[in-house]
Order: sequence, then structure tokens, then C-alpha cells
Amino acid sequence: MEFLQQAINGLSLGFVYALIAIGYTMVYGIIGLINFAHGDVFMVGAYFGFFAAVNLHLSFIPTLLIAMGGAALTGVIVEKVAYKPLRNSPKLSILITAIAMSVLLENLVRLKMTTDPQTYPENLLPQKVIHFLGLSIDNRQIIIILISIVLVIILQFIVFKTKTGKAMRAASFDKDAAALMGINVNSIISITFAIGSALAGAAGVLVGILYSSIDPYMGIMPGLKAFVAAVLGGIGIIPGALWGGLIMGLVETFSKVYISSSYSDAIAFSILIIILIVKPSGLLGKKTREKV
Amino acid sequence: MKMKKELRNTIILLTASIILFFILTYLMDTEILNRYYSRILVLICINVILAVSLNLIIGVTGQLTLGHAGFMSIGAYAAAMITIQLNVPFPIALLFGGILAGLIGFLIGLPTLSLKGDYLAITTLGFGEIIRVLITNIEQLGGGRGLSGIPPKTNFAWVFFIMVLTILIIYNIARSSQGRAMMSVREDEIAAEAMGINTTKYKIMAFVIGSFFAGIAGGLFSHYLMYIKPEQFGFLKSVDFVTYVVMGGMGSLTGSISSTVILTILPEGLRFLNDYRMIIYPLALIIIMRFRPQGLMGTKELSMRMFDKFSKGSDKDAAIKGK
Amino acid sequence: MPLLKVNNLTIKFGGLTAVSNFSLNLSDHDLVGLIGPNGAGKTTIFNMLTGVYSPTSGEIEFNGEFIQGVKPYEITKKRISRTFQNIRLFKELTVLDNVKISFNYNVKYNLLHSILRLPKFNREEAEIERKALEILKVFGLDGKINELACNLPYGEQRRLEIARALAAEPKLLLLDEPAAGMNPQETHELMGLINFVRDEFKIAILLIEHDMKLVMGVCERIIVVDYGKVIAEGSPEEIKKNPKVIEAYLGEEVADA
Repeated sequence: MEFLQQAINGLSLGFVYALIAIGYTMVYGIIGLINFAHGDVFMVGAYFGFFAAVNLHLSFIPTLLIAMGGAALTGVIVEKVAYKPLRNSPKLSILITAIAMSVLLENLVRLKMTTDPQTYPENLLPQKVIHFLGLSIDNRQIIIILISIVLVIILQFIVFKTKTGKAMRAASFDKDAAALMGINVNSIISITFAIGSALAGAAGVLVGILYSSIDPYMGIMPGLKAFVAAVLGGIGIIPGALWGGLIMGLVETFSKVYISSSYSDAIAFSILIIILIVKPSGLLGKKTREKV
Repeated sequence: MKMKKELRNTIILLTASIILFFILTYLMDTEILNRYYSRILVLICINVILAVSLNLIIGVTGQLTLGHAGFMSIGAYAAAMITIQLNVPFPIALLFGGILAGLIGFLIGLPTLSLKGDYLAITTLGFGEIIRVLITNIEQLGGGRGLSGIPPKTNFAWVFFIMVLTILIIYNIARSSQGRAMMSVREDEIAAEAMGINTTKYKIMAFVIGSFFAGIAGGLFSHYLMYIKPEQFGFLKSVDFVTYVVMGGMGSLTGSISSTVILTILPEGLRFLNDYRMIIYPLALIIIMRFRPQGLMGTKELSMRMFDKFSKGSDKDAAIKGK
Repeated sequence: MPLLKVNNLTIKFGGLTAVSNFSLNLSDHDLVGLIGPNGAGKTTIFNMLTGVYSPTSGEIEFNGEFIQGVKPYEITKKRISRTFQNIRLFKELTVLDNVKISFNYNVKYNLLHSILRLPKFNREEAEIERKALEILKVFGLDGKINELACNLPYGEQRRLEIARALAAEPKLLLLDEPAAGMNPQETHELMGLINFVRDEFKIAILLIEHDMKLVMGVCERIIVVDYGKVIAEGSPEEIKKNPKVIEAYLGEEVADA
């Protein structure tokens, strides 16, 4: 029973990672950038949500939407201001820019909101413990899982059933060819950032609700782990990010409980390394043969 | 003729270094440069060792590693422990730290250096974090509270001359057949293999050498601060070093040195901005990368040509500049 | 004994058989052409000969040794060297350094010698420099030794690639579409260069080419592949008239050469 309990913990954490990881993987798939600032977009989303709930006294769904919108806006602005000008520059330069962006976002928020953690209001999503099959389940975790699933389904719909989604997929295969086919690649890139950031923003609110407190640096570790999750699943592959996130969440939760809390990070990274050594392109990644 | 020229250039630079050393030491002794500035100078030297050694891996060989701070920490802790426990002479402690770091670099490099680009980056980042977690959990190393009571054996002379030595060694490696092999790996692995280069061997070579010097720098670091804790060696620190290398221009040692000096001084110099410091600093980085993405020196080395004006050199001797 | 004996080389990628039952014999100073429509598997054959791919079945015997599946850098040590269809120079390295790389596998000095700049290092480096300059002179590139490879005009880049491959002191040189992108004048010079290289350096050359003028003018023997299989082998005259070859290509090109 304990096992199932932890499994739910792991899944809800995993879905949070998955939401963030999907954003990483979408951006990587289209412009080959590891967006180090993505974890901080997650944080910014959490703060937007906080603002909506506390200052605007909005209820859960509107808060979520505002957070997603705010995060999307942040992501797009970062892209336009910092990454777009460097599109043809060496990859490492963009990487450094992304990292600098990350620090900038953290400190901008810190300046406005101080380093003190802020607390999400209790009544945004009241906790109700559900007793089911001998388990004590936190309703908020179930809601997190459900909302994440809904968001992923919406994403799949967008990517596979809309023209925009088709354009996104085309651009991620070959930007130049896509441009020649009449696709406005710049818009598509912005849309990709917007969607990925929105998902991260949603994750931010969900985490704010579940763990109550948010702070400017809350995005660093989850961002890192979500990135690991994206690579684990095969960078650039959306389902991979989903599975990678779930695996990371479950591994972290179970190793915290059954092995040791202090080693859980090391264990998560070790799993990644082992998988990459065995399958260098990630779980769902395809081996790309370089043409000689 | 060419060798004489290289020798002459080396002697010129070494002499210049020694003069610089005496100037700086004088300034510090007479308190013109007070304790605060002395501290910065020591940190600059340590950072240069880290940047130049990282440049060998990233800039020369083209392997993106985000775990350099992990090797620094291995050297820092190993050197500190052996000093504390066995009271060995300082150079031995430093070498112990460096060799251990290099050894672990070898063990890590072996399975991972076959990974490409971003996968290698995340794996080395992972290893850096694993090292940090392991250290945090080992009580004998002070665990999360850190290791204190490290005898203060590092001074400006140590860091300065080890820095000069490191620069010289890495420079000599880069300008040799091994260095050329490493550069060919960076440029085109498939072509390199076709020309007889065992790319894995050279990737590991660069990685181990880089890690060794990171370990040495770590040992200098721990014996300077006298107290170290695992958080100082996290992936953000590794990212700092990568920033020094990218800012300076990949494959350019003079670039790495200059950017390290600038980027070590900059956060200090911006201290007056207090709260705004960590807003201006990353903003400065973003702006620099925007307008000069290839870094200060690009891939060009500050040429020795300027010294050629003092003697007659033929066009063939121009080959010394190489790349 | 032939220098190179290839026996029934086959390679499958997933469900696709890219090359099947490719066989070939080459002697010490042969100049042989490998032609066929695009996608016929020619570069794949080169890749198997140079260790980039491991054949699914079949053997490659070079100088009495079986080398199929051997790593590329080991193959170079066994004295097979190549150029690439899409030029793969070391772009940010100088012309001189590009050529020097090929001498690496013979270098006797180690890291310690490099770090300490011991006499052994200086001696060997001087030797490498001398040999590199010599080759560059042969290829007319000695005026540009400090140019970055990426700054060379296209024709010189191709020449540099060949020079680099020759610096590895091969017994067998594989040229993958050396005339690609060249105008008739450059192609004509290339033909002279290939002959010169074969005679001067005393090596065997196997080349892939689409330019029929070059192939017919330079090769003593031609092998034609289509869909991964050999469909004809013989002298230029025989190949020109071979109906299977004409069918595989468009006909006009071969007849006009």
C-alpha cells in the first residue's frame, strides 16, 4: 500500500517534470538549443499564479490560465530578445546567453519579490484527503495528474491535428525546407516557445499549490531534472519528454523513500548516465547516422 | 630556426611573467593593493588555471563538458584531506589532488566521451552533480557542513607560478601533434579518423589533462579559503568556467586568460550595485554574446608575430603561428 | 598477389540492402573507376573499405590482411586513405596543419616530449613540417600554407583534401568524386594530377566519379554498380558499349565521353 502511495507521489512529481521537460524538448527540437532559462520560466509562471491568486483573488482555473499566459509571454520575450539574434551563432554562445538569461530572471524576480518564499493561498485548491483502497490520497495530486494529462492531450491535438502543429513538426525537421514551403519559421519558433513556456507555467502553479511555497530559485533544480528527463526520453521527442519526466519523478520519489533522501539526486543522474551509455540517443531517440 | 624562435618567445613571456609577479607582489606588500585586491588576484590565478584547462577540452578538442567544477572539488578535497591527515608537503598534496582528479576524469571519460554534443554535456553535468552529492554524504569530508581547518598554504606566489606553468604546458600541448589531433577531433571527427587519428584516445587525453589541472586548481583553492563546502562546486560553478572559455573565444588561450581576468573582476567591480549586481552582470554577458558571439579572441591566438619585428624572420617561420 | 581483394561484400541497413556481393581485385598501381547512378552504393562501398561501416557479410583483404570491420584510424595505419564526397577539411585549421595531421599516426614523440619541448619533439616537428611543405608544393598550395582551409577557393580545397590524404602515405588512395563542382578546365588539370599522383607516389587509386570525361580519360578499368550490385566491369571502351551500363545511366553521357 505504501508502494502505491509513493507511486502516486512519484507520478504527480513526474507529471510536473514532464510538463517542464516537454518545453525543453520542443525548443530543442526546433532550434537545437538547451534553454537553460526554461526552469526559470516555470518559476515565473508560479509567481504569475501567485499574483493572480493573492492580488486578483482569482480562483483556480483563471489562476492557472494567467500563469500559463504570463509564462508564455516571458518565454516569447526571452526568445525574441536573447535567442533570435544569435540564431546563426555558435551553439555555445547561445548556451551562455541562455544561462545568463536564467540568472537574470531569477534576480529580477528576487528584486521584486525578495528571496523570502511566498505562500500560495490555502483556499486556491483546498486539500482533501481521499481515502481509497486503504490509501490516503491527496486530492491535489490527483488534480495535478489530471490537469497534466489534459494539457498533454491538448498539446498532442495541436501538434498533430492543426496546421500550426504540422508547421511546427516540419520546422523541427528542416527549418530551411519549411521556410521554402511558405512556413513563417520565426512565428513557429515563437509559438513553440509560447506553448512550451505555458506548460512550464502550469507546472509552476501546480507546484505552488502542492508545496505551498515558492521562491525565486525554485526553478533551478526542477529545471535541471526536467532537462535530464527530456534527454533521457530522447531530446526533441515529445513523448520521450513525457516518459522521461515520469521516470524521473518515480525514481526520485522511490529512491527518497526506499534508499536514501540525500542520494536521490545522484541516483536520478546515474540512471540517466546508464541509459545514455546503453542507448546514446535516449529512450525513444532515433540513432541518426551521419552521412559520410 | 623555428625552434629558436619559439624558445625565444617562451623566454620573453616567462621574463615578462616574472616581472609582472614582482610588480604585483610589491604592490601587495606595500598595501597599495590591499587584502581585498590580493584576494581577487589569487582567485584570478586559480580561475585562469581552470579556464585554460577547460579550454583544452572545450576549445581545442570541441568536447562540451559541464562538470569541470566536479574535478576541481575532487582536487580540493583530496589535497585538503591528505594535508590534514598526513601533513605532506604542499606540492605533494596538490599533485595528489590533481592526479586523483585526472584518474577519475579517465574513468568518467572512458564510457562517456563517445557521446555526442549535448548528450556529453548533460552526462558530464550529471557526473558533476553525482560527485557533489557523494561528497555531501561523506561525513569524513565534512558532509554538507563543509570541510574546515585546512592549513593556509596557498599564497600569491604559488598560484601565480602554477598558473604560468599551466598556461605553458597547455600551450605546448596545443601546439604539438597531440594538439593538432585534438583540434582535428573538434573540426571533423569522421575526417580525423580517416586520417589515422584515434579520436577517442585524444578526447580522453584532453579530458584527463583538463581534469588534472582542475584538481590542482582545487587544491590551491581549498588551501587558500581554508574552508570548503560542496555547494561551491555545483554545476553553476562549472557553467562559470564554460562562460570564461566561451567569452574568451574557443581554442584561444590568451582569450581565456583575458576573459577570466575580466569576468572575475567584473562581479567584484559591480559590488557597489548591490542588489542590482546580479542583474547587470548577466545582462552584460547577454550583450557581449549578442555582439561578439565568437568571444574576445575568436579562435585566433594572440600572435607572437609582434615579437618577430625584432628579428628577421622568413615567411616559412610564419608557420610558427599555426592555429 | 593483388593489393586489395574484396569478396562478396554485402551490407544491409535495417531492411535495406545497400550493397550486395560486391567483389573487386586491385593491384599495386591500378587506377580503377567506380561509377554508377546516384544512390548505387558507391560511397557505401568506400565506407566499408575504410572502416566507417562494417559489412554484414563478405571480406576485404588488403596486403594479405583481413580488414573488414577494422576501425577507420587503424585502416589508415594499414595505408588506405581517402577523400570525401562533401569536402571534409579541417575548416578552422591552416592548410599546413590540415596536411600535418596525416603524419600523426607515425609520430614517435609523446606528450612529455611535447610539454618539455625536448629535442625529439623539435626534430620530428621539423621533419613533419618539411614533408608537409613538400606535398603542398607538389599540389601548388605552398603559397597558402597559413590560410585557413575554409578560406580557400573550392578547387584548391579539393586539391588540399587529396594532398592531406596523400600525406598519410597510403598504398591505396580512395577518391570520392574529386571532380565534383569543377569546371572543364579544372577537371582537365585534375586528370593530370591523378595520373601524376599514381606515377609519382606509386600507389593504387580507386575513384568514384560522375564526370565521364575524367573516368574514361584516366581509368584503366571501370566497375559499374547499380542498386548495390556490380553490373559491369571492364576497360573504358567495353563499358562505353555495355548495354546494361547504358540502360542504368541515361546513355548519352557515356556515349559522348
